[in-house]
Amino acid sequence: MTATDALARLGESPSDGRSRSAKALRDGSRVAVIGAGPAGSMFSYFLLNMAQSVGLELDVDLYEPRHFCHRGPAGCNHCGGVVSESLVQRLATEGIALPDDVVQRGLESYTLHMDVGDVEIATPLHESRIAAIYRGNGPRDSEPLETHSFDGYLQHLARERGARPVRRLVTALHHETDSIRVDCADGSSTAYELVAIATGVNSQLIKSLGELGEDHDQPGLTKTFICEFRLGKEVIRETLGPSMHVFLLDIPRLEFAALIPKGDYATLCLLGDDIDDELMDLFFSSPEVARCFPGGTIPRHVCHCYPRINVRTTRPPFGDRVVMVGDSGTTRLYKDGIGAAYRTAKAAARTVVFHGVSADDFREHYWPLCSKIDADNRVGKFVFGVGSLVQRARFARRGVLRMTAGEQKRSGGPRRMSGVLWDLFSGSAPYTDVFLRTLHPGYVGSLVWNLLAANLPVRSEPTIPRGQEVRREH
Amino acid sequence: MAILGRVYQDREVIVQQGEPGNCMYVVQEGEVEAVAETDGRELRLRTLGPNDFFGEMALFGTENRSCTIRALGNARVLTIDKKSFLSGIQEDPSLAFRIVKVMSERIRDLTFRLAEHEVR
Repeated sequence: MTATDALARLGESPSDGRSRSAKALRDGSRVAVIGAGPAGSMFSYFLLNMAQSVGLELDVDLYEPRHFCHRGPAGCNHCGGVVSESLVQRLATEGIALPDDVVQRGLESYTLHMDVGDVEIATPLHESRIAAIYRGNGPRDSEPLETHSFDGYLQHLARERGARPVRRLVTALHHETDSIRVDCADGSSTAYELVAIATGVNSQLIKSLGELGEDHDQPGLTKTFICEFRLGKEVIRETLGPSMHVFLLDIPRLEFAALIPKGDYATLCLLGDDIDDELMDLFFSSPEVARCFPGGTIPRHVCHCYPRINVRTTRPPFGDRVVMVGDSGTTRLYKDGIGAAYRTAKAAARTVVFHGVSADDFREHYWPLCSKIDADNRVGKFVFGVGSLVQRARFARRGVLRMTAGEQKRSGGPRRMSGVLWDLFSGSAPYTDVFLRTLHPGYVGSLVWNLLAANLPVRSEPTIPRGQEVRREH
Repeated sequence: MAILGRVYQDREVIVQQGEPGNCMYVVQEGEVEAVAETDGRELRLRTLGPNDFFGEMALFGTENRSCTIRALGNARVLTIDKKSFLSGIQEDPSLAFRIVKVMSERIRDLTFRLAEHEVR
């Protein structure tokens, strides 16, 4: 391109800083956002924020038939309910502070439970930076809580920015000339110039996307198990503390298990390859799990569900005038789903406001983020594969425990294993970063040394002192 | 406790002028004051409340802290890591927009106060 061409193109650019697209929204354009979970509400929030910054007036309808103020399944979005350290920080940077009545508990450490011992991994600053939240308003049959739903709070933020809540169930979408028609269960039907699908993967609508006339490869799914135990605040403080308890147990198909303290309840989350009764029986009969509960007895859960999660990106997560955000499009493997909802929602909103709503616009400006998450998930699959090997090999578990406990005991020096485990459990860093850190010679050298030291037949002194960092060794 | 961040007691120093820094902070609850110390005297620059941030200059440079921040009454503050912030703006530059906006407001305020001081 010559300098003259470049100047001519500059002259064509709109004065509001938005690039030209064959399909761009104009003042008064109507947008439907289907689903008011984190992805839908954050998409609406950022879309209206960015539109306002360039003087664009949009009309946003936020479809959500549920009320998040309800307890139990009626108001719940079926999720473990953890806002990662990195997302808490990003939201705070955006000026979105999670209110105290939304955060059920601030978490400041992870406690790793294995058959060879337990170790607590604390944040270096000893600061609560992970938020345990409820997506709805608490478990089924729970007492009225003095707390509020995380999804309800985000929906409130979107409403404050100007999104209009529509309490209707969307049943179908149809392409029309220059618009998409949204049909609802009550028989109503409205045309929009853009539709953002943020229904998650546990919705019938995601299966009906073929009706749009576009070829979408459905997201890959796997079944998980989530349940709630009522323990009471005092018991939780004494037994679980401000720590998320994760389990590295030799149970086939179990990738990750966590017990998350929240107010009067603790949420248990099992992730893996199609969680079933056999896997759950093995898990609940593990002494490592029982020891987390008072008296070593696991109480009956008061609420449970088997939500499916996205383990493979929808391809493509967009079309002409359609974009899928959050779980409906792509998410991080097993971890930080709410963080992925935030990232995809914001990237989609940026594309819509500053570029356009055609499939080409989304391919050029939205797909790179989805593709990056997708590529990182492939590395994540490998990292979890290595984790499974550690799960199966007792000598490796001993080495991991020894290395982590040693790092936690020290006041300074690199905390390589602690950092890797922290980011793996919390989802705070991309899996690629985690993997690359495991290639560091310091990590490899220390791991080899700890594997040898932890598995030598004779040990002169306990290598892992009892105390705050290590609660049990056997 | 159902809270995020760390609670600082009344008059507790969160950031000390002259010390190196590698993070920013966001006030979650309560108030803090920014104080410049020079020749043994203290000058209160401003007070900050919920959702206000401080220590942001450490994210963009390597200079030491330019002023002291301490709690006014009990204050709860969340730390924003430099690495986490910088990796965030690599992916989404608009994440820095609010910080740039507030920093420009603070420059405007300081310019105004300096001009007032010179006139006197």
